[in-house]
Amino acid sequence: MCLSVPGKVMDIHADGLRTATVSFGGITKDVSLVLVPEADVGDYVIVHVGFAISKLDEEAARRTLELMAQLERGGNGSEGQEGPRPL
Amino acid sequence: MKYVDEFRDRTLATTIAERIARTVRRPWMIMEVCGGQTHAIVRFGLDALLPPSLTVVHGPGCPVCVTPIGLIDQALHLASLPRVIFCSFGDMLRVPGSRGDLFSVKAAGGDVRIVYSPLDAVTLARDNPDREVVCFAVGFETTAPAWAMAVIHAKELKLTNFSLLVAHVLVPPAMEAILSSSQNRVQGFLAAGHVCTVVGYEDYEALAARYRVPIVVTGFEPLDILEGIALLVSQLEEGRIEVENQYVRSVRREGNQQAKSVVDEVFEVVPRIWRGIGEIARSGLRLRTAYGDWDATVRFHHDLAQVGHGSEEESECQSGLVLQGLMKPTDCPAFATRCTTENPLGAPMVSSEGACAAYYRYRNHVRPEGVMRVSSFLR
Amino acid sequence: MSNHESIELTCPVPVVEQKTVQLAHGGGGRLMQELIRDVFLRAFDNPALASLHDGATLPIEKGTLAFTTDSYVVHPLFFPGGDIGSLAVHGTINDLAMCGANPLCLSAGFVLEEGLNMETLRRVVESMAKAARAAGVPIVTGDTKVVDRGKGDGIFINTAGVGLVPSGVRVLPELVMPGDAILLSGDLGSHGVAVLSVREGVAFNGNVESDSAPLHRVVADLLDSGVEVHCLRDLTRGGLASALNEIAVAAKTGMVIDESIIPVHETVRGACELLGLDPLYVANEGRFVAMVPESHVEAALTVMRQHVVASRAVRIGAVTVENPPLVVLQTLLGTHRILDLLSGEQLPRIC
Repeated sequence: MCLSVPGKVMDIHADGLRTATVSFGGITKDVSLVLVPEADVGDYVIVHVGFAISKLDEEAARRTLELMAQLERGGNGSEGQEGPRPL
Repeated sequence: MKYVDEFRDRTLATTIAERIARTVRRPWMIMEVCGGQTHAIVRFGLDALLPPSLTVVHGPGCPVCVTPIGLIDQALHLASLPRVIFCSFGDMLRVPGSRGDLFSVKAAGGDVRIVYSPLDAVTLARDNPDREVVCFAVGFETTAPAWAMAVIHAKELKLTNFSLLVAHVLVPPAMEAILSSSQNRVQGFLAAGHVCTVVGYEDYEALAARYRVPIVVTGFEPLDILEGIALLVSQLEEGRIEVENQYVRSVRREGNQQAKSVVDEVFEVVPRIWRGIGEIARSGLRLRTAYGDWDATVRFHHDLAQVGHGSEEESECQSGLVLQGLMKPTDCPAFATRCTTENPLGAPMVSSEGACAAYYRYRNHVRPEGVMRVSSFLR
Repeated sequence: MSNHESIELTCPVPVVEQKTVQLAHGGGGRLMQELIRDVFLRAFDNPALASLHDGATLPIEKGTLAFTTDSYVVHPLFFPGGDIGSLAVHGTINDLAMCGANPLCLSAGFVLEEGLNMETLRRVVESMAKAARAAGVPIVTGDTKVVDRGKGDGIFINTAGVGLVPSGVRVLPELVMPGDAILLSGDLGSHGVAVLSVREGVAFNGNVESDSAPLHRVVADLLDSGVEVHCLRDLTRGGLASALNEIAVAAKTGMVIDESIIPVHETVRGACELLGLDPLYVANEGRFVAMVPESHVEAALTVMRQHVVASRAVRIGAVTVENPPLVVLQTLLGTHRILDLLSGEQLPRIC
């Protein structure tokens, strides 16, 4: 469920839904940023059915890719990820 | 495409697969709960990259599949009313009710329209003041904020011709239902990354502790899923029971506060019947009384009184077992014989994210022979 | 001579005409004659049509005739890069080309809905005329009917075409054999995405233009070049996956293709990701696949790439003896799965 795609915020219109033009590989669609008030022009957002549901953390993305490239992981294998929270 | 292509990199996929292979020492059964993840696994053939002792089963992560037949019948009835413009996401159009589906209602003259966004439906209502716009609000926690915003927006626009037929379902109760079943053999979960983007994963910590199962919040690209699996099997092999977040670029532990608050404003939690599984407590959403004006079950109460509660499923359809991960689609006797995407016996064969449809579409039941030689044909 | 497109002269005398199509325009009387004269003849102007007979007669040499027909019901009528008219011309020319034939001429049958804007009809007909002229394939005969308001979607067009297959040319799925290479003439999905971009409910903005184009010239060059062409198929509804499956079934062979080689334009990808569509199943209207012996691949690609319409031609896979009649896809990750026929219509996947 939840087909969501990352897109880049190109500009933000001044309306009640914080509608923005978001680019997905060159095609653009109007997306509401009302659920992600911290998103700004130039940011990447994850978009689901016309709404941004999160601002994509580009630094975290970079870290994730770096971790994926490691064959061996030190410790419990998840430094750089969030958590884990022992239960 | 940025932030998509990097997570489909072949070299990295091989690296992670190798890591998984080195980590797995014992057989494990893990479940992914999201139709989008099922889709990615079959589309990219990820199961071929996993060691045979690792079994991945698919859970009830397809809201289209689990929408109760009674609600579908209500949708079909409303869609057939001449004054109604019935809006739905594409996937719902072919899900069978007791008699027919939205496609057949459309063919008979019903005004059924596919929308991409709930806001499109609000625009339709604004532009067609003489018609009633009714929307099938289907989806997990990921989609609820969008429908909540649509209602809030419709209220701001003072629209009196816009309403929702709410079919939202919630994931953690379903996971709990699976875990608490005596037949459960699932030992770890990949949690749905976009659901958690909205609601966070605090709720999962209690689940993990109570049932002693590790949970990894996972994204949807092939590398995300492989990495999620790698983290999960590490926990299993090491005997750890934690909630980890693989999808850090989108998910925070507390989720999206803004999204959660609009959902809470508009919806309340109720029990819901999951098609093929039965009723699960506190697993659905309904519009609050304060938003009754935008609730199709209130607005069309009179019309809907005639609609029954939905007849029993085709007895051959084993969707309940499939949705709970107790049976693989390929194990169902009707799979690909009496039940195909052209003639589905149940919802998981209809929705593109239903496990049965995914297996059938990508012909998972047919393994190409001589696959190793295939590469020699390609340069 | 100048390099400009030839100047098109039209009669400057203003014509008094109806603003919308009436039932009487299909009735066989004066109004219909006016419609034929002022809209169709004016646009399609050619000697065969000018004789205004019930049918066109054309002298041909002895040989093998190719004959095909197709109907066009696309909605909306106009989309970036084309319209129902240009589509109707290109589509039928392409079907002839896929048989190995040189297209000779086309017929055009119109079913118009009462109330259709006359200006809309003119635009479509002008577009057909332009496409036919550019392709060098005249529209020599036609028909018009008008149906009651509500009984048609504006315009439906049927085009039939005849062509001549040069002697010695045989292009059929039966000739496809294991070991043949599979060539694809260009990038996928532009047509389907272009139409979706203007369709209500899923519209978006982007510079995606339909790839609708005539393929007869590149095919003729290919056949002329000495390359042994076993089979040709243009990709239409159902995309690459459908075309390959149809051929595999007819030829009783298997196929294998490499997803990482298949060209898809970035904006088309973006649209497909957004809507949850698979480019391998999205409609094209100016792309084809060709099956040729492995040893002829370089020569074939060289010929194809000389044409704008096939400048990104590439070898995507091979015909195999294993797994008939399945088409196996090697995914981006190097794993394998079956590329099946589409079941029903590919709906935008949202949830």
